[in-house]
Amino acid sequence: MAPQARPERHPGIRPRPTIWRRLDAAARRALPVTFSAVLVLLLCAPLDLPQQQALLPGAAMGSVFFWSVFRPASMPATMVFLLGLLTDLLSFSPPGVAILTLLIVHAIGLGARHALARQGFLLVWLLFLLVAAGAIALDWVLACAFALRLLPLQPVCLELALAAGLYPLLSALFTWAHRGMADPDRA
Amino acid sequence: MFRLSIQLRQALSKLTLPLLIGLACVVMLLGQADRRLAEQARVAVSDSVAPFYALLATPIEQLRGVGDQARSLVDVARQNERLRAENDRLRRWYDVALALAAENATLKANLHWMPEPTPSFVTARAVADASGIYARSVLLSVAPGRSLSKGMVAIDAAGLVGRVTEVGARSARVMLITDMTSRVPVTLEASHANAIVTGTNAAAPRLMDYPEEIRPEEGERVVTSSVAGAFPAGLPVGTVHYLGPNEAVVEPYAQLDHVTVLRLFDYGLSGIVPPEAPGHVSPERPGRIAPPSPIQSPSQAPHALLGTAPVGRG
Repeated sequence: MAPQARPERHPGIRPRPTIWRRLDAAARRALPVTFSAVLVLLLCAPLDLPQQQALLPGAAMGSVFFWSVFRPASMPATMVFLLGLLTDLLSFSPPGVAILTLLIVHAIGLGARHALARQGFLLVWLLFLLVAAGAIALDWVLACAFALRLLPLQPVCLELALAAGLYPLLSALFTWAHRGMADPDRA
Repeated sequence: MFRLSIQLRQALSKLTLPLLIGLACVVMLLGQADRRLAEQARVAVSDSVAPFYALLATPIEQLRGVGDQARSLVDVARQNERLRAENDRLRRWYDVALALAAENATLKANLHWMPEPTPSFVTARAVADASGIYARSVLLSVAPGRSLSKGMVAIDAAGLVGRVTEVGARSARVMLITDMTSRVPVTLEASHANAIVTGTNAAAPRLMDYPEEIRPEEGERVVTSSVAGAFPAGLPVGTVHYLGPNEAVVEPYAQLDHVTVLRLFDYGLSGIVPPEAPGHVSPERPGRIAPPSPIQSPSQAPHALLGTAPVGRG
């Protein structure tokens, strides 16, 4: 879906778009993807966090979902694809699985954004839970298919629980960034 | 860049997502079909992010140190409990060690002094010096009911005094080692040679019957020997002293000229049944004190027991 032109928040005389201003706006636009990529990189770093690998899908899906719903211009599909590729290559999962799940999450978020934009946080969270459950289930099915045997379901449940718990934190952080740091209109 | 119509652009943008999903499926299939390719891609990505992770390593290590500290702070109560229990245990061992050290010091201090009084003993006061012209003995007053027996070894604070030779209802007689009939098998402490301390009724008994090749040294310690089963080994008797060139005597540790309090030890030794009274030796018992020295001539023993002082070699 094409990024829609936002109605001007401060109509009237605007400052001239100098090169620095444009750079600033570009940086703000790129912030969500950059942040997501850094998050993925950090969660694949040897931090020795408990259940660090199980944290990764929730974090990636949460950030993709949030930005797909609230500012798809900053989370284009190609970037989601690249994020998925990065996740796949860093996390040693079967290649392509994370790309597919993240793209599906992105698509659902994009499709539901008009309905969700005016809803409260709880409904968004609930939808995210459903989407994440589906995506993680797909992940598990694909992993089983590639491994040609049934894999245990316990890590799947752990991933889902961690995704559910992580989303409010990410949502709070992203909401704050959405209104300030990552807002290109403030450049 | 050529311009596209709005319709085409919208169509393209709508196609992007399905296209990318298809591409994801292609990547998936490719990854399964050619695992080496996937592996190479992974290695390339890992190589590129490795310096970044290396940069992260130091702060992560510091953070982990902080985390460990916080964990140990949280754990401090349990740790304290464990350490307190351990401290109690170690304190018990400390007491044990102190007791052992004290015991060790005592044992070391007593090593050259008195034997460990493991055998049962009674303490008695010497009430009279029962020495006659031909005998050296003391009389002890004993409480009624005290079980004394012949052959008990009498020791004062410093060393061997003698043996119990007579036991009465309220008294007992102790023959001193200076008595003319007293023969005490001894060991010279430095040379480990056996010898006999022979009483002569003089203040210092003579040292006799030591091996020819041994020359007792002046001041050498003399302790009892367990030869013949009359005395336990190691009771201090006295030190060697030379009255003349070949006249070795033993200066007793015990104060035999004024005996006051004696300890009577029952070592349960019955190798020798002491004579009934000092100076009165029944004739069927000569030779009971077997001279340990190989140079002892057999004829000397009865003479000695009969009170005729044998000719000492010393």
